[in-house]
Amino acid sequence: MELLAFGKTGWGDELFYATLMTIAVSITSMLVGFIFALIFTPLKLSKYKSLNLLGNFYTTIIRGVPELLVIYLFFFGGSGAIMYVASIFGYYEYIEINAFITGSLAIGIISGAYSTEVFRGAIQSIDKGQFEAAKVLGINKFVQFYKIILPQMLRLAIPNLSNVWQITLKDTSLISVTGLVEIMRQSYVAAGSTRDPLFFYSFAAVLYLLLTYISMKLINKLEVRYSRGY
Amino acid sequence: MDFDLMITSFPKLLEASVVTLKLLSASLFFGLFLGLFFAILRLNKNIFINKFAYGYSYIFRGTPLLVQIFIIYFGLGQIEYLRTTFLWVILKEPYWCAIIAFTLNTGAYTSEILRSAFQTIKPGIIEAGKSLGISNKIIFYKIQIPIAIRQSLPAYGNEIILMMKGTSLASTVTLMDLTGVAKYIISTTFKPIEVFIVTGGIYLFMTFIIHNLIKFLEKKYSFQ
Repeated sequence: MELLAFGKTGWGDELFYATLMTIAVSITSMLVGFIFALIFTPLKLSKYKSLNLLGNFYTTIIRGVPELLVIYLFFFGGSGAIMYVASIFGYYEYIEINAFITGSLAIGIISGAYSTEVFRGAIQSIDKGQFEAAKVLGINKFVQFYKIILPQMLRLAIPNLSNVWQITLKDTSLISVTGLVEIMRQSYVAAGSTRDPLFFYSFAAVLYLLLTYISMKLINKLEVRYSRGY
Repeated sequence: MDFDLMITSFPKLLEASVVTLKLLSASLFFGLFLGLFFAILRLNKNIFINKFAYGYSYIFRGTPLLVQIFIIYFGLGQIEYLRTTFLWVILKEPYWCAIIAFTLNTGAYTSEILRSAFQTIKPGIIEAGKSLGISNKIIFYKIQIPIAIRQSLPAYGNEIILMMKGTSLASTVTLMDLTGVAKYIISTTFKPIEVFIVTGGIYLFMTFIIHNLIKFLEKKYSFQ
């Protein structure tokens, strides 16, 4: 138990901050994913074949390729790509992007592919009459989406989004390969210096279980809130 | 774009994909039996057996696969007692550690898939079997299991694809699978995009084959 003590003697405070980091990365990735979903869901639902193809291209590739490979692509390719863009604007110094941004971008793109599928499914299962009714009443597209489609869609999407959240949360453990100090990385460091891998990795597992359990409870509350009236 | 690198790395990556396929098929094979076993435990009326099976699937579905591999590969070696038993022959090999972790992980997901399939079987089918005087054991093996497997094919197909992506984590315990070799090539040549395209292409090809295989099986064993 002294291994988990807070302060200089134990790993308690380090693991606590690492847990906060995992939560921060997960939330950032989820939000990045929502941005991607916001771009690609309309593409997938578009009536133009070429836009459809673009949307399908994104979701198929990301969902068919291992997460670790995507992370390696961003980790090794990220600063190169940024430097290339910078060189167009006449900036030739070495640029390093930090592990937090690379990681949450990589996981965000992955979670975005899953969110896109969830949103597409949810929008498609809304009754066509709702769109038509809004049109007949002369409501513009923007208000139609925010006031009519979105509230109905969220009710259908939340159970599946909770799955996406769980996947995203667990995927953040893979960012440890880039050196970002989250639960997995901190356990790796602690296990290395105390030579007690069994304890620290098991403790990491407990932390992840705790996170998934708590988020599950919170999402259930959200689900109840959005399905009031049904 | 360095096409030469793409062409020269292709055979190496193709060779590495054999390791990926080996890991995948071994863990799916053992995982299916483990999943079936725990799905049956979940249907048991005894609350302790039921809770035990639920706990197993909850723990393995609630933690990242990376943690599971690390516990088995780095963690179990720490227990002095294990080092003296015959199990150590298996547990000192990263290959077998990876397979054990993948099996336990896919077993948990498979047990959930099969459990829900068992629960959706219409009681009428079982009652029909009973009224024909078929024994409970045979009803289970010859009626319930085949129907449950057919029922769970689409979900199991997804699980196979997820597991295929999961095998990439074997590269974190020094195994040179497809992702492991890809990472090695990237870190020696610093050409991530080219390697990503080739490796991603191989993974997508495998996904495509699995997807179509499952579709074919679904059609072949459909009820209509």
